[in-house]
Amino acid sequence: MNQSNPLILGIESSCDETGVGLVRGTELLTNTVSSSMEEHVRFGGVIPEIASRAHLDAFVPTLAAALADAGVSLEDVDAIAVTSGPGLAGALMVGVSAAKALALATGKPLYAINHLVAHVGVGLLDESIAAVYDGGALPENLGALLVSGGHTEILRVRSIASDVELLGATIDDAAGEAFDKVARLLGLNYPGGPAIDRLAKEGNAKAVRFPRGLTMPKYMGTAEAPGPHRYDFSFSGLKTAVARCVEGYEARGEAVPVADIAASFQEAVLDVITAKAVLACREQGITTLLLGGGVAANSRLRELAGQRCASAGIALLVPKLSLCTDNGAMVAALGAQLVMNGVAPSDLSFAPDSSMPVSRISL
Amino acid sequence: MRILTIDTSAIASAALLDFDPLDPVRTAELVANFATTDTRSHAEVLAPGVQSLFTDPVTEGPALDAIVVGTGPGPFTGLRSGITMARTLSFTWSVPLYGMMSLDALAHQVFDAPAYRDGRAVGPLAMRDFVVATDARRKEVYWARYSAGAQLLDGPHVGSAEEISSVQVFGAGAGLYEEVLTANGCEVYPLFADAQPTALELGRAAARKIAAAGSLAGAGLLDSTPLYLRESDAKVPGPRKRAL
Ligand SMILES: [Zn+2]
Repeated sequence: MNQSNPLILGIESSCDETGVGLVRGTELLTNTVSSSMEEHVRFGGVIPEIASRAHLDAFVPTLAAALADAGVSLEDVDAIAVTSGPGLAGALMVGVSAAKALALATGKPLYAINHLVAHVGVGLLDESIAAVYDGGALPENLGALLVSGGHTEILRVRSIASDVELLGATIDDAAGEAFDKVARLLGLNYPGGPAIDRLAKEGNAKAVRFPRGLTMPKYMGTAEAPGPHRYDFSFSGLKTAVARCVEGYEARGEAVPVADIAASFQEAVLDVITAKAVLACREQGITTLLLGGGVAANSRLRELAGQRCASAGIALLVPKLSLCTDNGAMVAALGAQLVMNGVAPSDLSFAPDSSMPVSRISL
Repeated sequence: MRILTIDTSAIASAALLDFDPLDPVRTAELVANFATTDTRSHAEVLAPGVQSLFTDPVTEGPALDAIVVGTGPGPFTGLRSGITMARTLSFTWSVPLYGMMSLDALAHQVFDAPAYRDGRAVGPLAMRDFVVATDARRKEVYWARYSAGAQLLDGPHVGSAEEISSVQVFGAGAGLYEEVLTANGCEVYPLFADAQPTALELGRAAARKIAAAGSLAGAGLLDSTPLYLRESDAKVPGPRKRAL
């Protein structure tokens, strides 16, 4: 096996994207994704069983397309990497079964890897931010802010292959999930993120003062004596506040100012996320923050994170959107780091872990 | 002819069988077999199980004549692990893939079984049409009706065991709902009361079909589309109630 510049095939199936990516070292060869998002629109959110059925039918065609796009054959591959968690259990199971089949059929080593850490590893593939890296490695004092329909976390990354720590996370809904639920309250279509982002541009973000979850002193504490949720998030109370607000207008027989509510809701989510991320960076000595997850597409998140990081002297890295959303290339990118760092492959008998902790980089 | 069979419709199992596709009399010879007893560990055990059938899967896999996978019905997540495995092996090894209804495995096992009286075999166990049933969870069974010769007559279905009456019923689904079935005039055989579809019996059933047809292509095997029988539980949300 080529350990210094390995060719890795990465497989992702933790939610509604079936992804197969090929990476050589830190060079992206292909990032092929098949999404079942369309099938979830009428339900207003991802339905796990529908996602799992779609993964089963999409996997082999996506694999074949990825190999053709990259112009490589399975024999050329040095190792296979697959998301083993966190994610939807039934969806993970499809990618994991496929990856195990590939490993046993080709005799190649298999790496069962953490989806959240892969969101960080993908930064190595983006040419526009590769300049900040020293010889293809991630910068020192690195943190990551991951925001998607499935997760909302702040991470500290001491070593992508061996030392990642969870600093904060949502205690209920993921941020993207809150966008989807509020979009539905406002009569907007799924996925809610892009719909609210668009509508918010026409509204007044100060029109309604929605609550900022887990920002009270009893949760925050101080830098010296941190409270129980200093870097954590909560969005379910915010969602309820939006529902009460909408109902109030309806009960009074007034037109619901949807653009103002969308803007005010979005501001409440992104204000807390960026404020807590920057707070964590300052207190934890993090000097570079990498943004990941599908909500990285949100224009206000990019703007607010950019402003706040700049004034705190933190370098903000935002990979291009096709790398921020769930994909197989990020799995391959992390797999390559594991191979290059001599990490042992996983045993074929591992089980997918829908709540795999971020400190487990591979199984 | 050598085939690899996989079934994860209930337990997780895989088998390698050799047989002569032109000799319908000689039965398939088992080369290697793997089967669990539990029904919830497919993701962990299936790949090592398939690997254990071969000395070197990388060279022996591409030499297979076909892969046959049980397409259910069965609990969805487990079922998909076997079908995903089979599809990916087929792609990687460039070996043709076929599907077979998983209940055919049980039907074939019943067809092969003799009835005993006073310790002596006195003929086939299934003398007329019979039903095989497996656990569909949620207080239901997956079931299908077969002729005494193990030809599928009706099914597969999913539903309450109460829908089945006045027939011999075989399989773990029969064992689970023995009282209901007996009250409906059915006979449940203790020997088959916890029997599950296995890759081994699925392979024997496939070999029999292939030998009867004289070729793989003519054997009327299915593709690998899973037989879910149930929709996903998802409900399209109704319009939000407005506060008045
Ligand atoms: Zn993700």
